[in-house]
Amino acid sequence: MTELPEEWEVAPETGWIEPTLAEEFPGLTIATSTIESQIGKSSPELRERLRSLSDSFTGAKAIAMREKPIPWAYRVFYRHIGLDPDTIRTPIEQLVFERIHDGGFATQGRVGDALTIATVESGVATSAFNADIVTGSVGLRLSDEGEGMTGRTASLPAGTIVIADEQRVIGVLFGDTAEDCVVPFRRKGTGRVMVAAIGVRGVPDIALEEAVWVAMSALRA
Amino acid sequence: MATELSLVPPAPPEGLDTALFVHDQRASRSDLRRQIAAMELELGHLFSSAFPRLGFDFGVAGMSGPRVLTVDELERVRDSLAAKIREVKGHLQEHLHIEEGKRALIGEMMADPTAYKWVRVANKDIGEPGCKHWHSRPRWGPIGMLLGWWRVKISSGCPLAEGLRPPDAHQTPETKAPSPDYRR
Repeated sequence: MTELPEEWEVAPETGWIEPTLAEEFPGLTIATSTIESQIGKSSPELRERLRSLSDSFTGAKAIAMREKPIPWAYRVFYRHIGLDPDTIRTPIEQLVFERIHDGGFATQGRVGDALTIATVESGVATSAFNADIVTGSVGLRLSDEGEGMTGRTASLPAGTIVIADEQRVIGVLFGDTAEDCVVPFRRKGTGRVMVAAIGVRGVPDIALEEAVWVAMSALRA
Repeated sequence: MATELSLVPPAPPEGLDTALFVHDQRASRSDLRRQIAAMELELGHLFSSAFPRLGFDFGVAGMSGPRVLTVDELERVRDSLAAKIREVKGHLQEHLHIEEGKRALIGEMMADPTAYKWVRVANKDIGEPGCKHWHSRPRWGPIGMLLGWWRVKISSGCPLAEGLRPPDAHQTPETKAPSPDYRR
């Protein structure tokens, strides 16, 4: 059996959670991993993988998805934090909706496709950030009074659950990403990409690790 | 002289190591979250059960998150979910009642097609997926109509998808089969 190169090992780093949030929502976690990757168009292998994933995802699976443990856990968490999962869909449900609506998972560049594959295969919510902009470790906290986010004209309502690095807000949980932290999906070349997986109560840690691992391996492909 | 009554308890006397009770709402919030989780699962079961029936609304308004909701807000979410579950169950019950009647109608049609001339029951009328339908029609068209030869015809299902075949991803220009020339 061929040994995997050392850099292949993906060790997701567990992010910090503000104590108030951790007490209110036990099980809320964030795992991140950073990689130097191509960020332009998807490779033919990745597009093929996306196609076969589309073929294996049927309407019957979509209907029964709400009862599956991981998608249900995200729906419940959405309710707990004041989001309506039928209006702002959970990441897996949004992808399934697009799959059923468009007849397949549309390619969104290498990074977008890697996230799609990771989310569909594991059910875990994943997102990507421009790692060159992120400072220090990443975690989840509540926004302060008058705190803003790049690309957003108005400040965030105080107490919004946000993804933040050690200096500032880089995204709203299950919402927009700060403008300068968005990975340019359509640009050619390479860039440092940070993949983040958000776990909630009911989502096992192994699923979170799997999501990060799948996204990283897809980015390497 | 009448003393004024107050509902606020007095401060505890010093030296007794007592403290005023501070109500912690975290336990209430946790309890409400548990109830919401159970209701969300029940709504998920109803969503699956309702398919392929149409006309159901499963939406429950959010609370402009993402943030930590107060007890009042969580109660509102829970109450909205409970109301929605009641509404969907009632709606589903109505559908089931109608579908039961349609199933009985199919049985009666099969037993006596002449009594149900031109009646048609589709799969969706009995809450089943697919395009199958039962149709009471005369055998041999006008002849059957004149002679009273009626039967229930069961359709064979959904029509096949039509249109151009999607291109084969593995096909290269070299391996591509020549297209037939219909002009010859």
